Amino acid sequence: MYLLAVDWYYILEKFLLIGLVVTLSMVVAMYATYAERKVAAFLQDRIGPNRAGIFGLLQPLADGGKLFFKEEIIPLVSSKFLFILGPCLAMITALLTSAVIPWSTSLHLFGKDIPLQVADINIGILFIFGVVSMGVYGIMIGGWASNNKFSLLAAIRGASQMVSYELPMGLALIAVLMVVGDLRMSVIVNNQLEHGWHIIYQPLGFLIFFVCALAECNRTPFDLPEAENELNFGYHQEYSSMKLGLYLFAEYINMFISGVVMSTLYFGGYDIPFVNEATWGINQNLLAIIGFVVLMTKALVFVFVFIWIRWTIPRFRFDQLMKLGWRTLIPLALVNMVATAAVILWLKK
Amino acid sequence: MQLTQRAKQVDRRPMTWLEKLYLWNIAKGMWITLSHLFKRKATIQYPEQKRTFSKVFRGLQILNRDEEGRERCTACGLCAVACPAEAITMEAAERQPGEEHLYREEKYAAKYEINMLRCIFCGYCEEACPKDAIYLSQTFAPSNYGRQGFIYKKDDLLIPNPKEDPEGYKKALGDRPPRVSESSTV
Repeated sequence: MYLLAVDWYYILEKFLLIGLVVTLSMVVAMYATYAERKVAAFLQDRIGPNRAGIFGLLQPLADGGKLFFKEEIIPLVSSKFLFILGPCLAMITALLTSAVIPWSTSLHLFGKDIPLQVADINIGILFIFGVVSMGVYGIMIGGWASNNKFSLLAAIRGASQMVSYELPMGLALIAVLMVVGDLRMSVIVNNQLEHGWHIIYQPLGFLIFFVCALAECNRTPFDLPEAENELNFGYHQEYSSMKLGLYLFAEYINMFISGVVMSTLYFGGYDIPFVNEATWGINQNLLAIIGFVVLMTKALVFVFVFIWIRWTIPRFRFDQLMKLGWRTLIPLALVNMVATAAVILWLKK
Repeated sequence: MQLTQRAKQVDRRPMTWLEKLYLWNIAKGMWITLSHLFKRKATIQYPEQKRTFSKVFRGLQILNRDEEGRERCTACGLCAVACPAEAITMEAAERQPGEEHLYREEKYAAKYEINMLRCIFCGYCEEACPKDAIYLSQTFAPSNYGRQGFIYKKDDLLIPNPKEDPEGYKKALGDRPPRVSESSTV
């Protein structure tokens, strides 16, 4: 029978993995809010939240609990379905990107290899880009459905920003793909294990990618869509309670995932620098766990840098933002792409 | 003309290529913020730690007693007259025989209220008082949920009795400089 031919263990394994990855993203995002407040405080010579639990470690739980118990207001003039769909879409797209990321080498449990990657599809990095560009729908729908001029304007700002910065991001990525010759995430990581990290070959590409990642995550200095102090908050102005929480939370998940993606694309993924861990001859499972920890460290360093940038650099004006995107980053990315292509051709000759 | 030495000349030269690139300046800024990560923190953990006030800090009013624990206030009303915010209200009463251990003189304040929402802590009441009966302590009015809670009655304002609670009396008295003009005799 066809139904019995399905490998149920495979499906169970994948479901477990999906659950783990989603939980991981959630927990990291939760503590990213805590880290944001703590780092902000330390950079401003303050201490930050330290009352809820030891070192204030329970603060994210308290914040989440507060958001759940807040009154939920849906404006009467809003279109209710879209109003609820907006934050859901933002959250879903934020979580979806984690599906193709290789978290580590495979585990060996119960007599079979379990790759720590939900789906090693052959268009891996394209999938990420597809989902990230879906993220703009969360913003657009939320801003539109609120039936508020400020929300709508902020949504338009956000959408144009995300669309503009996806272009140089994609162009910077093409250079990496030309080096690797494959879209598969696992191949991208393995290529770096063999030939060294892509940051060595693509420093300019990484810089462009990083700037665009800041813009895609709506982080300072590109946080115009939610400029709360000068542009009257943003697309989530009419949102309250956990729906607002979902928007804010999705931003932190995006931040974490983009940190992971950057580590995977440019910093060797789960590779430990300067050593060849395969020659250590230790247990495969242990090696996988070490690799995972290394990847997490790299991603969390990126999260820290994101936060650090936020508390250092003031926000750009909208025209500056557009100028930087269209007149600086896109030409730079194009030059980078052509130069990479030329070098590859020259080496192959 | 230069009034101070602190004026800084603004550099109005056109930006160099490095400055136009903006990245180097960002790196410099990031370095500054990073250095603050390890600096000493300015925070004072309020309920546990308290900032020490200056000796002349003007805080919450306290109604004073003499060394034998008798209230010094005679309800003359000079503090209420002096008060620019009109925060002080009082009602006088005559001391009855047998109350000599409670009140220092024949007249005393039966009711004494200060509205802390009106009070501007100028200290004029302390200056006006001829009996050293009211002074501004080194604490401030704690927060409250209702307006009524900010109208401080005599019970809230009176200093602890030096005979029953000498430590509390000393603490409430604080380290304010003693008033020279005041004579201890009536």
